[in-house]
Amino acid sequence: MRYPAFLQRIADRADVQPVRILTFSINGQAVSAREDETILSVARENGISIPTLCHLDGLSERGACRLCIVEIKGSPKLSPSCVTLPRQDMEVITNSDRVLDYRRKILELLFTERNHICSVCVSNGHCDLQSLTTELGMTHVHYDYLHTRHAVDASHERFSVDHNRCVLCQRCIRVCEEIEGAHTWDVMGRGYLSKVITDLNQPWGESTSCTGCGKCVQVCPTGALSEKGKSVAEMTKKRQFLPYLKLMRGDESR
Amino acid sequence: MTIEELQDIGKIEKEKQEGFKYRIHVCVAAGCLSSQSGLVKEALEKEVARRGLESWALVKGVGCLGLCTAGPMVAIEPDGLLYQGVSVSDASDILEALGGPPVNRLDCSAHLPFFARQRKIVLENCGHIDPESIEDYVAEGGYEGLYNALRTMTPAGVIEQITKSGLRGRGGAGFPTGLKWTAVSKTKSNVKFVICNADEGDPGAFMDRSVLESDPHRVLEGMAIAGLAVGANYGFVYVRAEYPLAVKRIRTAIARAERLGVLGRNIFNTTFSFDVTVRLGAGAFVCGEETALIASIEGRRGSPRPRPPFPSELGLWGYPTLINNVETFANVPPIIRKGGAWFASIGTEKSKGTKVFALAGRVNNTGLIEAPMGTTLREIVFDIGGGVTGDRKFKAILTGGPSGGCIPAQFLDMSMDYESLAQVGAIMGSGGLIVMDDSSCMVDVAKFFIEFCMSESCGKCVPCRVGTVQIYNLLKRITEGGGKPSDIELLEELCDLVKNTSLCGLGQTAPNPVLSTMRYFMDEYKAHIEDKVCPAGTCHMNPTE
Ligand SMILES: Cc1cc2nc3c(=O)[nH]c(=O)nc-3n(C[C@H](O)[C@H](O)[C@H](O)COP(=O)(O)O)c2cc1C
Ligand code: SF4
Ligand code: SF4
Ligand code: SF4
Ligand code: FES
Repeated sequence: MRYPAFLQRIADRADVQPVRILTFSINGQAVSAREDETILSVARENGISIPTLCHLDGLSERGACRLCIVEIKGSPKLSPSCVTLPRQDMEVITNSDRVLDYRRKILELLFTERNHICSVCVSNGHCDLQSLTTELGMTHVHYDYLHTRHAVDASHERFSVDHNRCVLCQRCIRVCEEIEGAHTWDVMGRGYLSKVITDLNQPWGESTSCTGCGKCVQVCPTGALSEKGKSVAEMTKKRQFLPYLKLMRGDESR
Repeated sequence: MTIEELQDIGKIEKEKQEGFKYRIHVCVAAGCLSSQSGLVKEALEKEVARRGLESWALVKGVGCLGLCTAGPMVAIEPDGLLYQGVSVSDASDILEALGGPPVNRLDCSAHLPFFARQRKIVLENCGHIDPESIEDYVAEGGYEGLYNALRTMTPAGVIEQITKSGLRGRGGAGFPTGLKWTAVSKTKSNVKFVICNADEGDPGAFMDRSVLESDPHRVLEGMAIAGLAVGANYGFVYVRAEYPLAVKRIRTAIARAERLGVLGRNIFNTTFSFDVTVRLGAGAFVCGEETALIASIEGRRGSPRPRPPFPSELGLWGYPTLINNVETFANVPPIIRKGGAWFASIGTEKSKGTKVFALAGRVNNTGLIEAPMGTTLREIVFDIGGGVTGDRKFKAILTGGPSGGCIPAQFLDMSMDYESLAQVGAIMGSGGLIVMDDSSCMVDVAKFFIEFCMSESCGKCVPCRVGTVQIYNLLKRITEGGGKPSDIELLEELCDLVKNTSLCGLGQTAPNPVLSTMRYFMDEYKAHIEDKVCPAGTCHMNPTE
């Protein structure tokens, strides 16, 4: 179906690839891909690293954090690689000065938004946001801190959510909806006043939809969602289950 | 129904109205209604009845007459008289004057250039027809375009005319409409949708609202023609709930059109069906963005998603979807009736037809105007707009609302078209025009619009969510006298970041007012920062450092 009509005879054969394969280049390195793979996944497969925050293997894509932006030769626009599909002969550049500079600034903005004082965080040393600073070479923040203040909800018997550490990546929302099927989490409000909520902004402990599976806690990149009883730097996340669950369900081939 | 039957409906209606020696048109669009034109209409009706003139003078509610500042507006046909600022107590004098000299104190002729310089396509029926009467619309050639498209043209032929016309989307970006229609028509799907974007969230804009309130059938006809052309049988009008009158009129129009058989099942007794449903938006600016709008219709949070895939491929509930602005659809029936070449003969080389603008701010004639593409800014502000209020000095005009730019006086002779506007760092946008005089502080203007975008950002992507707050804070500091010389560089850097890395059009265009004011009014920024003074005298400067 994805073949042009003049090749339909081939496409009708069940033993032939149902999707087209194409070749393009990333940082000058020739790579091949299925037409339905993202640039990000092809890059990673070929050992080319691209920073990500909202992306997580096994969850649907959001294109929200903008850290995975890359340049495509011939286009003035930057493209988020987690939601951009390759085209034949496309030339992708993942590490130009322009892109590196923008990524660092976006990360800085995230650090100004809420409270990310690592030394007192349960996730210190095991935090995706923190690791990104090293990965992107962010040494300081040159914008003013906004430090918007938010509440902590510790009403759940096993978990707690500290909105001051949340980066609004929506991973919790997606894992709960797409994998656990509970759809406990969602976003409320607009702009910098946005906030993730459980049910209709009820305390998590009173949520009638939450099954207590803990998946949201495990996928959360920061110390926003954590297990109770963990002290500073003790919260490590276990995410291995995700690709496995997807594979078992046959949702995706990888 | 045949074309003759349709035309008969129009003819009968026309004869009926022309049977009256005088027709008194009272504007009942939102602007005039808010200054009690409903009561004026009642008073005129009562006065007609009191004098026993029911068969001689007709009082008719019509859509926007354009000069909203001067409302309530009343027009006397066939004399072509126009009265402004009419109140209930004027009813008797107006009737007394019929056939004699006009009521001088209500005379509106001083505003003549306001009307003379305009050219109306989209608004041709506004102020002439009763928006709640389908017969009145039919009398002006309404639904003939749809009939022709159905009975004498192929879908490809319809698209060809639209392409030939050079019509570009009036929702902001100016995307070629013919190209969009072709894209949707090429998709293979049994189910497709047509959406009319009537969200109109720009502060100060009321073009789409006026069209829906004054001539709703035109939009429905445009949508049905689009449905036929792209192969869609379902349409949605997404209109903000803050427009109750527009909602009511479009709903009435749908019901009347269905009853007449020009909408719904088996239109004009053909196999073509097209159903239109109204969906209400809850007033988020971002819901005007097409992917957010689609999410909102689906009942999800109105938040944009990355494109591609574009709605033409993957739209409402996953089906191919054509989404156009109200004004875009309103241009369609006349193009089909008169041909694409006719439309293409109006305007400039790359911007065809006319554009409706909501003229507001420090200008004498605020209201709804329509001018051919290529009209100069000077003509719009000084001829149609009647100049700056209080004879103050023109300083700048803001086009395109919160995503637009401020154009300074040196470009007054610039032609209003998509390309020229882009060249000076502004955009056509949806058509909001705000005139500013020397009492407006440009830094303050920039702050106002970035504050709007900051609060209307959906919060999904980082650069827009956090970047707009950073920009706002810097501008706030500058307008309060706490600005530092390094702030200029920081502002430029943040604007560049937000513009280039945001997910959707809101973030990508949010820095425009800041960038364009920095480009043309840097001296004002410098005065705030270095000398701690606001040249326009609007900002309360209390330096803290
Ligand atoms: C933040 C934002 C707000 C928008 N608001 C509107 C709107 O109120 N009305 C509208 O017609 N288009 C709006 N648009 C443009 C739409 O996304 C879309 O391009 C348009 O409806 C397409 O119609 P057109 O091709 O007829 O212009 C908006 C875009 C953005 C990014
Ligand atoms: S614990 Fe499980 S069910 Fe509860 S909110 Fe988290 S992911 Fe959803
Ligand atoms: S709570 Fe964690 S997973 Fe959820 S949005 Fe915030 S940072 Fe992301
Ligand atoms: S640019 Fe702004 S409005 Fe658009 S998706 Fe990002 S946060 Fe939302
Ligand atoms: S990982 Fe691509 S935008 Fe977040």
